[in-house]
Amino acid sequence: MTPRQARELAVRSLEKVAPDIDAGTVGGDASLREDLGLDSLDFLGFVEELSEGSGLRIDEDDYPELATLDACVTYLTHRA
Amino acid sequence: MPDFTMPSLGADMERGTLTRWLVEPGDRVHKGDIVAVVETDKADIEVECFDDGVIDTLLVQPGANVPVGTPLARLTSPAAAPSAPPSTAKPKPPAAKPKPPAAKPKPPAAEPKRPVPAGHPEPERGKPAPAPRRPEPATPLVQRLAEERGIDLTSVNGTGHGGRIVRADIERATRPKASPLARRLATELGVDLHHVYGSGARGVIRADDVRAAARAPRRPAEPRPAADEKQAAMRRAIGRLMARSKREIPHYYLGTTIDMGEATGWLRRRNRELPVARRLLPAAMLLKASALAAREVPELNGHWLDEKFVPGDGVHLGIVTALRGGGLVTPTLRRADELSLDDLMSALKDLLVRARSGRLRGSELDGATITVTNLGDQGVESVTGVIFPPQVALLGFGRIVQRPWAVNGLLGVRPVVTATLAADHRATDGYTGARILEAVDRLLQHPEEL
Repeated sequence: MTPRQARELAVRSLEKVAPDIDAGTVGGDASLREDLGLDSLDFLGFVEELSEGSGLRIDEDDYPELATLDACVTYLTHRA
Repeated sequence: MPDFTMPSLGADMERGTLTRWLVEPGDRVHKGDIVAVVETDKADIEVECFDDGVIDTLLVQPGANVPVGTPLARLTSPAAAPSAPPSTAKPKPPAAKPKPPAAKPKPPAAEPKRPVPAGHPEPERGKPAPAPRRPEPATPLVQRLAEERGIDLTSVNGTGHGGRIVRADIERATRPKASPLARRLATELGVDLHHVYGSGARGVIRADDVRAAARAPRRPAEPRPAADEKQAAMRRAIGRLMARSKREIPHYYLGTTIDMGEATGWLRRRNRELPVARRLLPAAMLLKASALAAREVPELNGHWLDEKFVPGDGVHLGIVTALRGGGLVTPTLRRADELSLDDLMSALKDLLVRARSGRLRGSELDGATITVTNLGDQGVESVTGVIFPPQVALLGFGRIVQRPWAVNGLLGVRPVVTATLAADHRATDGYTGARILEAVDRLLQHPEEL
């Protein structure tokens, strides 16, 4: 997966679980949990979308690597 | 036959605005059918009918704000209804032929009648739909939003479940087309994209357009009274209910710290084998343990009405749900004690997603017998709640944290959670209250049995 595809997937996933956030304008280093206010259920939905969109199996142990959009891009580009 | 009246969608509701009828005179309705949309201080709610019958007269027009209990529509019993309803615009399948009373002319209640928005072609018209999977129609709220903004729903791509058009799709369809960079710049520079001319292909706003707009003299920001007013109304509604609680209910409070080692360990092992969609959150275990504990201590599960305690007809958990824009709603998870952990988790996801997108049904805002608040996500360790009248108890959970903990005379590091109870002293005393926290603790030590 190219960084561009990865970012698109991450932004799309965020838009889906948090339609009230304009994902296109979110800074790459904003914390999804603290800055954007995703709760554990939102975050689970977000990981679900990432997993479906990339075909990756994402383990709970990997969640810390998905803390920001930039981190998601790094994670997805390395794995998928 | 009782009239269909303005329902009470929560103990704090005094009035509601009927925003839309989804039925017309002559329509046959069943218990559970969604018949109208009502706007309260907190949210837009799809309201169900509580009886089987035929709509005789609509007594209240859309836009009217009326007190709870006001008759909204007159119903007649199905048997007494005239064989042919007064002719309306839409021809109906003939229901006139006399039939044995058991025969049901309408589709089952599982498919509540939804109107087809104006200008939306009937999907069945002409040839049969090409795909076997037809997207579900948009909800009334989304249809209204689309109407208000002059959007043709057929031109909108649905991203909801089964291709259903959700609110976010409407938002996306109406927001100005702009490149991601332009969007980010606009936020940084405080430029409203609605006022920017797009010089890119098909009018897409580019970064340079935003920079140009930022240099131009600033227009005064347009006031957004609607959102502010909505927010203020919600604060008033929360304030009224909580003030009533603190005024009327003599609260007492208990708390305990629970070792979550067994529960989180079990959850971790279980989730490792499952795809993301089927993983459980600790919140699901806390809720299930709370529901089972409430069943064990029925004195805390129910309502205080007319100076006496009325036990609940099952364990219906009110789930305190924070909205990202501020404020909260408390949807009801019905019969939570009877759901398996998996089912509870799915029900919770469904409920919270709809709570946040304003698509709750009336029956989901009422009837909770005990409330649970889980502030773990916010990072605090304990919460001492305010009871939702007429309930008599509220359980609170903080964040699961790693703490030094003694087990069998040895010190170790364990995940622990602080559980609290706020309870109504008119209904119970601390001795009874302690039993529910004790039960929650015991249940969480055997997660596989939850």
